[in-house]
Amino acid sequence: MKKSVFLGALTVAGLTAGAAAAATLDDIKARGKLNCGVTTGLVGFAAPDANGEWQGFDVAVCRAVAAAVLEDKTAVEFVPTTGKTRFTALASGEVDMLARNTTWTLTRDVDLKNEFVGINYYDGQGFMIPKALGVTSAKELNGATVCIQTGTTTELNLADFFRANDMEYEPVPIETNAEAQQQYLAGACDVYTTDSSGLAATRATFENPSDHVILPEIISKEPLGPLVRHGDQAWGDIVRWTLNALISAEENGLTSANVEELAEKGTDKPEVNRILGVEGNLGEMLGLDDRWAVRAIAAGGNYGELFAKHIGEDTPVGLARGLNALWTDGGLMYAPPFR
Amino acid sequence: MTQKAFVRTEMLPEQDPPPTEAGIVGWIRENLFSGWLNTLLTLLAIGVIYYVLSGLLPWIFQSVWNAGSLDECREIMKATWGETHGHACWAVIKDRWLQLLYGFYPPYPVYPDANFGEAPVGHWLPAYFRPNLALVLLFAALAPVLFDRVPRKMLVFTAIYPFVMPWLMWGGSVWTPVGIAAGFAILFAVIRYGQVAMGFLLAVIVGVLAALLWWGLIMGYVTAGLDQIVPIAIPSVESREFGGFMLAILIGVVAIGLSLPIGIVLALGRRSDLLIIKSLSVGFIELIRGVPLITLLFVASVLLNYFMPPGTDFDIIMRVMIMVTVFASAYTAEVIRGGLAALPKGQYEGADSLGLDYWQAQRLIIMPQALKISIPGIVSTFIGVFKDTTLVSIIGLLDPIGLSQGIRANQEWNGIYWELFAFIALLFFVTCFGMSRYSMWLERKLQKGH
Repeated sequence: MKKSVFLGALTVAGLTAGAAAAATLDDIKARGKLNCGVTTGLVGFAAPDANGEWQGFDVAVCRAVAAAVLEDKTAVEFVPTTGKTRFTALASGEVDMLARNTTWTLTRDVDLKNEFVGINYYDGQGFMIPKALGVTSAKELNGATVCIQTGTTTELNLADFFRANDMEYEPVPIETNAEAQQQYLAGACDVYTTDSSGLAATRATFENPSDHVILPEIISKEPLGPLVRHGDQAWGDIVRWTLNALISAEENGLTSANVEELAEKGTDKPEVNRILGVEGNLGEMLGLDDRWAVRAIAAGGNYGELFAKHIGEDTPVGLARGLNALWTDGGLMYAPPFR
Repeated sequence: MTQKAFVRTEMLPEQDPPPTEAGIVGWIRENLFSGWLNTLLTLLAIGVIYYVLSGLLPWIFQSVWNAGSLDECREIMKATWGETHGHACWAVIKDRWLQLLYGFYPPYPVYPDANFGEAPVGHWLPAYFRPNLALVLLFAALAPVLFDRVPRKMLVFTAIYPFVMPWLMWGGSVWTPVGIAAGFAILFAVIRYGQVAMGFLLAVIVGVLAALLWWGLIMGYVTAGLDQIVPIAIPSVESREFGGFMLAILIGVVAIGLSLPIGIVLALGRRSDLLIIKSLSVGFIELIRGVPLITLLFVASVLLNYFMPPGTDFDIIMRVMIMVTVFASAYTAEVIRGGLAALPKGQYEGADSLGLDYWQAQRLIIMPQALKISIPGIVSTFIGVFKDTTLVSIIGLLDPIGLSQGIRANQEWNGIYWELFAFIALLFFVTCFGMSRYSMWLERKLQKGH
């Protein structure tokens, strides 16, 4: 008797919770906080500073979404997730979205029942090697010892690349990026391979960065982007269009400095006015108010500003825009029209 | 012929032993240079020690304390010593020691946005008052358990502490811990006074049911009502903000504190003659001991989320604590069973012949001896559990190891490695060494009649 009552209560709880989970936006508004899954620490992308505030390129996406939805860019609860726990944290509802340099692959999208809402960084796997070795191309790496993080897609890409080019290599398996730095500097391996953003960040920490070169070859595609779980398209739309708003803002010259002002005055460009909420009712369609995109852009700046602030060429990470430039500048960043 | 015999009539004064046999010189000769092999080994050992220390001491002491980033550290090293190798950059510890100790726990929970550096105006409590007070009270609560000179009345405080500590750490209404404590009071009262009427076993069952009823259904309304009438609350702190060495201590203390009583019960259960109790105990112990802790942590972090209805917010730290406690209990139970098995049969028979019942025999005769035998094993288990708490970094909790990764992910400190681990190692060493010393002291004190 008691047990059946208990099970019944659980079922009811489960049903109500299930119904509630369908409307992620309402949950977030009721909670007053956005739960955003980030890495436990990756240079430039997400890291807690001395005051415990999270900073970084991925973190900025979370803040933009919080600003759009909750009108407060600080209303974010950052949940550190590891490579192993990230997808379950999302699937179980522990976090509302992941902004955690996650590569968009078919398996992760389809089989793990996630919804990638866009790409905020086009990455690719590269190689770093001491200049003294005189290697200028990855094709010359036959017989090299390679430091490689185990259990990642980079490990598989590496094997593919060497096999395709009919070369041999000796892997030195390591667990974390920090360990890789130590091993590489100690000479345990000739080459270190990981995502090229990671290589740049790692090289920036060396005493003599100019003694090391990053080879020109990029051997894989690593499109990194934020994702939400299957089952609530409305919520996925909000995250997707917040990211698109940041990219469109750069294209249209909206920055954190001028966006508020332009939103007051309006502009003579219809699309910009639609982003700013001066014309049309795009915000209403998303279930938000008119000023959602203004707040998202004002939170940290447009895509270009965020890039420059966290990982751009003036930061120690020092990444060039490259593939991540706007399509008008020869890059791949291309937001669908706001219409 | 007269024979002359020499007979000494007075004692010669005592003489000092030859200088080569006494004092420091003698000790050195006897212990370090007593033969060619030992001489050789001594010289070799001195060489190794010199080699290690000549690298380590300059690294530790010729180091940089004031810098804002690793690059600045390196510049200072270059300016001071001409090279960067062999010098530690302790500036990272100076910059982040609070984070390594407390994680993101707000220094002034009343003002969640305040930093450590600038105390909010009008705030009179020192920073991190609550976790620090919880730690001080922990020692006060442990004192009567650890040292028999402390007055027994302090045990009352030990009983209260498990309810005070979570309230201090997590905050919230004072009535929640009071309500939970009331549940235990109900349990205790039913067993104590119902025993006569219902018999022991029935009293336990009724007591447990009554307590569950209270916690599950009634308590919520009562505490809510009391909140309305007498609202006493302190600002609450989210589990997510817990971290650093504080988190390690918190998980460690809870696991250690709970695993001893649970372990004793399990050990007794495993030696029990009652089939169900015995098989339940054996099953539990073997199942938990047969699974690596990291697996249990993944169950806590990942699998439980799937079992529970979506949206249920079952605190992750609570889940981890339960798992670590369960793990520690299984090991402690086996250590204590070892102690029970080592007792001669005569002790059990002696207890029986005095007419003591089961619990009296356990309390007065068996357990004091069995626990004494198992002290080294128990403490060793505890030290192991405490160090195992660092595994939680793998499921994304920011214990010191997890935080070191986060700190390294800052541009200023990326590339720093040994300094962080050295600091964390020091924290753990001090704690574990303390536990080990206590256990040795306890063993010596309890040694009887040898």
